Amino acid sequence: MRYLATGVLAASLALTGAAFAQQKAGELTVAMTQFPSTLNPHIDSMLAKTIVLHMTQRPLTTYNEKWEAICLLCTELPTIENGKAKPVDLPDGKKGVKVTYTIHPNAKWGDGTPVTTKDVIFTYEVGKNPDTGVANMEQFREIVSIEAHDDKSFTVTKDKLKFTYNLMNDFRLIPEHIEKANFDPKNAAEYKKKTAFDTNTTNPGLFFGPYKIAEIVTSSHVSFVPNPTWFGDKAKFNRITFKVIENTAAMEANLLSGSVDYIMGELGVTIDQAIAFQKRQADKYNYDFKPGLVYEHIDLNLDNPLLKDKRVRQALLYAINREQIVQQLFEGKQPVAHTNINPLDWIYHKDVKTYRHDAKRAGELLDAAGFNVMKDGYRHNAAGDRLRFELMTTAGNRSRELVQQVLQSQWKAVGVEIVIKNEPARVFFGETTKERKYTGMALFAWISSPENVPLTILSSKHIPTKENNWAGQNYTGYKNPEMDKLLEEIEVELDRNKRLALWTKFQAIYSEDLPVLPLFFRAEPFIVPKWLKGIVPTGHQYGTTMWSQNWAAN
Amino acid sequence: MTRFLSLRFLQALIVVLVMSFVVYGLIGLMPGDPIDIMLSGDPNMTAADAARLRALYGVDKPIIERYFEWLRNAVGGDFGYSRQHNQPVLHILLPRLVNTLYLMMGAFLISVIVAIPAGVYAARHPRSLVDQAINLFCFAGISVPVFFLALLLIILFAVQLGILPASGTRTVGAQSSFTDQLRYLALPVLTLTIANIAQVTRYVRSGMIEVLREDYIRTARAKGADENRVVWKHALRNALIPTVTIMALECGTLLSGALITETMFAYLGMGKLIFDSILANDYNVALVGLLFACSVTLLLNLIADVLYAALDPRISYR
Repeated sequence: MRYLATGVLAASLALTGAAFAQQKAGELTVAMTQFPSTLNPHIDSMLAKTIVLHMTQRPLTTYNEKWEAICLLCTELPTIENGKAKPVDLPDGKKGVKVTYTIHPNAKWGDGTPVTTKDVIFTYEVGKNPDTGVANMEQFREIVSIEAHDDKSFTVTKDKLKFTYNLMNDFRLIPEHIEKANFDPKNAAEYKKKTAFDTNTTNPGLFFGPYKIAEIVTSSHVSFVPNPTWFGDKAKFNRITFKVIENTAAMEANLLSGSVDYIMGELGVTIDQAIAFQKRQADKYNYDFKPGLVYEHIDLNLDNPLLKDKRVRQALLYAINREQIVQQLFEGKQPVAHTNINPLDWIYHKDVKTYRHDAKRAGELLDAAGFNVMKDGYRHNAAGDRLRFELMTTAGNRSRELVQQVLQSQWKAVGVEIVIKNEPARVFFGETTKERKYTGMALFAWISSPENVPLTILSSKHIPTKENNWAGQNYTGYKNPEMDKLLEEIEVELDRNKRLALWTKFQAIYSEDLPVLPLFFRAEPFIVPKWLKGIVPTGHQYGTTMWSQNWAAN
Repeated sequence: MTRFLSLRFLQALIVVLVMSFVVYGLIGLMPGDPIDIMLSGDPNMTAADAARLRALYGVDKPIIERYFEWLRNAVGGDFGYSRQHNQPVLHILLPRLVNTLYLMMGAFLISVIVAIPAGVYAARHPRSLVDQAINLFCFAGISVPVFFLALLLIILFAVQLGILPASGTRTVGAQSSFTDQLRYLALPVLTLTIANIAQVTRYVRSGMIEVLREDYIRTARAKGADENRVVWKHALRNALIPTVTIMALECGTLLSGALITETMFAYLGMGKLIFDSILANDYNVALVGLLFACSVTLLLNLIADVLYAALDPRISYR
């Protein structure tokens, strides 16, 4: 349907030439495809919520557009070198760390109340309560205690000394002076119904970022106006509105009609749509295709006897021409992945083993694996078993379905039969991958942060089973003691050089073992009007709205 | 008539009760629950976290137990809380219902006003140029996919002419006014109306052609009755009986089934809300929304039955 819709849109606009609305002075309307289910920083995890909250709040730390860790709400990033972080021995014998942060002296909530350590302690109290409904409890679980020294400085004791010891990227503050009345520790389950972030969303006291929420209509839009108490660079727009338009073809039409000014990359049109749109409207907008940390790949079910054989996995990767896929379908805007490490990440090893398209080599490996009899155009082994796999993905995802079809034909060329079987996302992620019900291949993406240790994805301790209530994300069932050990070593190695060596080894094992088939890193297409400046795509989950104070009309 | 209405009302109540169970069960049978989705998106969530959240959201109990708990509360006037929107169900549902009623009534009224005269004219002048033009419009209106029509209308009225907004329910940041809402209603209503007019016109036309051949019409004409009286009083009244049934069902469909139109115009109506709630396993919203749509369809069918008696004196209810 979307093919046709985009076609209609393209044809109609090509025939007539669109009328462009002018920018309304001091206002900006941004299109996005999702509406957040809640604005409470810790209940539920959803990209739309993160995007909206970054307009109005800042976490203590984050990654910038160069993928470097920086302070946002704190004044200086604590390190062992500057003395603000100290490794400690915990009472249970483990090696922990004490990290001291100082909140920006001018940070104030929108109602004028200073942001203080009271808010930090309260946030911790809410987050660690198991009944509150916090989705990501890990960040609270790793905190042993928080000690306030005065209104602005506090020390966090963490239970493990990891190389990420000084990062608190998702520790977003909850205003104690407002939310204390809504949170009863003895009846914490009621908090999600009472939180002012959902019941009194326009209360300025909930926000301390460059903008505050002026108007919110569920599933329709959120409007922001400048927050006078913001301590950073002054916000440049009088009003910014995020408008939800779920249908991306309609989103394009809205952009052309002037109903929206800008389509954000994080939750906007698909890359193929953006490429087609750029061809039609090349001069009217600026386009930025930022490849990021969304890693499209194929999980292989390693319980499948055919896929247990490393030669088969390697042959499958040799048989496909990922450069051609990326070039033909996405005009080269999405870089080919050789492992899960993005080339923009500092830990990327440029000499990692790559599998350039080589059908001959693929054939040799499959012959060696015993599939050397060609019958009806497909390979069979001596027992007469056909080399056949099921390839599953999320139904309705146009880009993935396109890739799937190309892969099917490329594998057919070397005698591998692929049966496509797609499912709605909720079934695919809710059951099929989680309970490892796919029999051969599952095509999807992982979203990560810079230098992310994929412990839950590759460690054998994280294979989902009925016994562990399907916890963990090692959906392939990959078991390699060397990899298990390496992942644990990387996590606690503080020395960058030593860690780089470990990451190099990690990439060597990954590219040799191929527990998954790497495809490419997805790019987020930003369609920006010529007059709008200051949009800097980051490529990771701490996106453009984190720097919305820099957005300005030219 | 009172007995008939009481019986039908009782039947409707039983249907709604059975439907509530069926819908609850069907949503429950779909694989995965909201916590599964959270699990797949958050690598750090443990099995204990998942169990804790399942208990918190009440999805850890058997479906029968959950259903009867919901029913008990619903009978007491508490329709529950939306997991997806973090608000009471009625807070979410009522504004959407008002929007949908505007959309539905607008599309329905314009369809009736246009389709009946068009159908009658086409039937009275079969195979004429106007009849052929009406037929062409009807076939186009029935055949054209709603998303396609919606896009064309957006391109024409919002992009090219720039006279109507492309999407939304009202102007953001402005005081809501009736005129403003009308501007936002125009394109979604037009989209739904075109398809509706096409359908209703076809029914009116074929009904009229059939009735105009009946003996009593010939008799009326032979007795020298005025042609307008013959067409509008004797023929149309009888031709409308099947059309009334179709229109009653159409109204029910419009209430919950304008999903594509609502999506294309980012219009906040019931259809999109129900669809999203089902996908997100937001039981309370999906259930109340669907039951509401079901109740309205039953009510409209009852009205249609009563209208039969008004249209055809041979029908009487006891």
